[in-house]
Amino acid sequence: MDFRLTPEQEAFREGFVSWLNKNLPDDWDPSRYRNYDSQEEWGRAYSDFQRRLFDGGYTAMHYPKEYGGQGKTLMEEIIVSQTLFSTCPELRYPGVVTHGMAVPTIFTCGNEEQKREFLPRILNGTHIWCQGFSEPDAGSDMANVSTQAVRENNHYIINGQKVWTSFAHLADYCILLVRTDPTVARHKGLSYFLLDMKLPGVEVRPMTQITGEAEFNELFFDDVRVPEEMRVGEEGQGWQIAITTLMFERVLGDAIMGAAYETNIQKMIELASQTKRSGRPVMHDPIFRQQLAQAYIEVLVLKYHGLRSLSNQLKTKIPGPEGSIGKLLWSEPNQRITEAAIGMQGPNSQIMGASPWTIQDGYWQYSFLRSKGNTIEAGSSEILRNIIGERVLGLPKDVSRAQRK
Amino acid sequence: MDIALDKVQMDIAKEARRFLDKECPTDYAREMFEDERGFTDEIWAKMVDMDWMRVRIPEPYGGMGMDQIDLTVVLEEMGRAVLPGPFFSTVLLAAEAIMEAGSDSQKERYLSGIAAGEIKGTLALHEPDGGADLGFIQMEARADGDGFVLEGTKLSVPDAHVADFLVCAACTKAGNDPAQGITLFMVDLSADGVSVSLLSTMDGTRKLCAVDFKGVRVSPEAVLGEPHKGWEPLRRVLQRAQVGLCAECVGGAQRAMEIATEYAKIRVQFDQPIGAFQAIKHRCAQMYVEVESSRSILYWAAWAQDYGDPKEAALAASVAKAYCSEAFTHVSTGVIQVLGGTGFAWENDAHLYLKRAKANEQALGDPIYHREQVAQLLTG
Repeated sequence: MDFRLTPEQEAFREGFVSWLNKNLPDDWDPSRYRNYDSQEEWGRAYSDFQRRLFDGGYTAMHYPKEYGGQGKTLMEEIIVSQTLFSTCPELRYPGVVTHGMAVPTIFTCGNEEQKREFLPRILNGTHIWCQGFSEPDAGSDMANVSTQAVRENNHYIINGQKVWTSFAHLADYCILLVRTDPTVARHKGLSYFLLDMKLPGVEVRPMTQITGEAEFNELFFDDVRVPEEMRVGEEGQGWQIAITTLMFERVLGDAIMGAAYETNIQKMIELASQTKRSGRPVMHDPIFRQQLAQAYIEVLVLKYHGLRSLSNQLKTKIPGPEGSIGKLLWSEPNQRITEAAIGMQGPNSQIMGASPWTIQDGYWQYSFLRSKGNTIEAGSSEILRNIIGERVLGLPKDVSRAQRK
Repeated sequence: MDIALDKVQMDIAKEARRFLDKECPTDYAREMFEDERGFTDEIWAKMVDMDWMRVRIPEPYGGMGMDQIDLTVVLEEMGRAVLPGPFFSTVLLAAEAIMEAGSDSQKERYLSGIAAGEIKGTLALHEPDGGADLGFIQMEARADGDGFVLEGTKLSVPDAHVADFLVCAACTKAGNDPAQGITLFMVDLSADGVSVSLLSTMDGTRKLCAVDFKGVRVSPEAVLGEPHKGWEPLRRVLQRAQVGLCAECVGGAQRAMEIATEYAKIRVQFDQPIGAFQAIKHRCAQMYVEVESSRSILYWAAWAQDYGDPKEAALAASVAKAYCSEAFTHVSTGVIQVLGGTGFAWENDAHLYLKRAKANEQALGDPIYHREQVAQLLTG
């Protein structure tokens, strides 16, 4: 057993860190958690920086060179991603869906033309992608998707609505799950498409979320004509493609969140040293010390569990059952950690905007609110516990669902 | 990076599971729960034959000189079996203290005896006014000629009633800094002035004693390590023992989760197995989350004791002790709820796990103590 990087991996990491220090954008200030006033500026900052990573040879480390990757292993990809998310998460978030879902789906399930057409332009920063899975009546019950794609010669005509589509307002393309066959069992009638967002009939309407920002959107499709070459896999394979890709990418995502949250702990220490209660830094308060320690413990649990899952996946090439809990290990602790950070601030915790009394640029106020989405997006905690209970522990499905089948 | 058990470790675990399933089913734990000694010589002898006493003891003293992680896989299985008896006190506390601080002659005498299964030992640490604070060691060892005289009371001393000797941490210099005034002593339990009383405890599978020292005279040869400098080695011993307890917690929690899920699949209420209800399913799923994440942190902590730097070893031990012991408490509490009335009955095994969970949670520093250690290490 060994928890360390090999000397070669360590050298690679150091090389990347020094490259990164020289290549961060000039207008990006690490002391601010939010550097861009508009979503459009934010998207451009992501794209420009992605281009730099591509030119520097630091993107898609584990994908083949012919598609714009670097031909190395998942380990190098993890090292790069963790370093990026602990150093400059802001420059990566607009690409989370692109790199976490679109790239692996196209690479794993796409055909040769799709891979050559799309992957290089994603990896060099030209295109941002969004994900159209959720619908008003298909949230946790994802198989209930009702957006329809009807075949007409060598095209499909798409009608319907998606919701909670993150970064759709910045996106050039969308990975889309739609119903192509309403006559078969629910999850067997779905197909998977790559959709050009500029096609006539695609409408994007921003949705304001509880943080006051519009990171998500509603997507409306009105007779959108999609060529059949844009279908991934066969008709009816959409559900399987969506699920497989999610499974394989989960381990990478969990490792990234572990790195991002480790920097939160440093922010929390700063907070506890600077914020006072009864005239003394809250750092001296035994209850807040316990909360700080517990936050760190949970981050380390996420980190080492993530490394163990990753190590297992590198060895066996398939995600093990222990990988299924990673999302619960970041989403729920993140709510507790941000809650504790708000608690440390007392009544000043209510100040969100700029003022002489704003604490750490309002980072924790935003993070506290944003964290409430963590246990909903990408598989709610309840769905994840159903999956663990049924697929890992072998507990029976509930009767109503069992009867429907 | 390679975070998985290797072939040898998996074989050790498999052999341990096979042995304990056959020789030490929970019937044995129940029998020993009520038994004053708390183990049988027959099982002890068989455990010696399994080479379990020897795992960590260095080769020159009859051991195998293996790592904490190798012992961890055995301890996980012991936790699963709620194994009673003085293995933990002898191997994780006494032997490790001698390995850490002992002179060659002390190692020769005690480690060889432990490796061969001939002697048993324990550690006397907790004091009546210290609570869970491991650094609160005020029992006095007064210099007397070239030796010392021990005076005072130690509590929660595991298995002292069946041990041949104990390692006693006592204060030889006044002051509040344990690093400046703690000395470790080897004390023969048959020495004049030492009296042991077995306490009636919640977890009958882990016997705890009160040990009174009344004018107990010890020779200079009884000092383990350097006088006044006992805290540093003691801290390292405690770290390894804490990680050892975590291994028991993970193994115990794993079994408790299995009991809950097995029951949830067969127990029918409202015309369906209760495991189909999300109230039960999610509770079981949460057990899995805590068991597997505990195991990840346990492996890190075990690895760090041998290969991490001193700070990482200390941090990992405290992180693991706080997290794994609380996880075991959650899981073993959950199993009783999932089993309903069945889980509340003495004849069901669920309570054995709850009681061991609470014993382990409160032993060698409770979660509050360890979180404070984490806070100190984190903020420097």
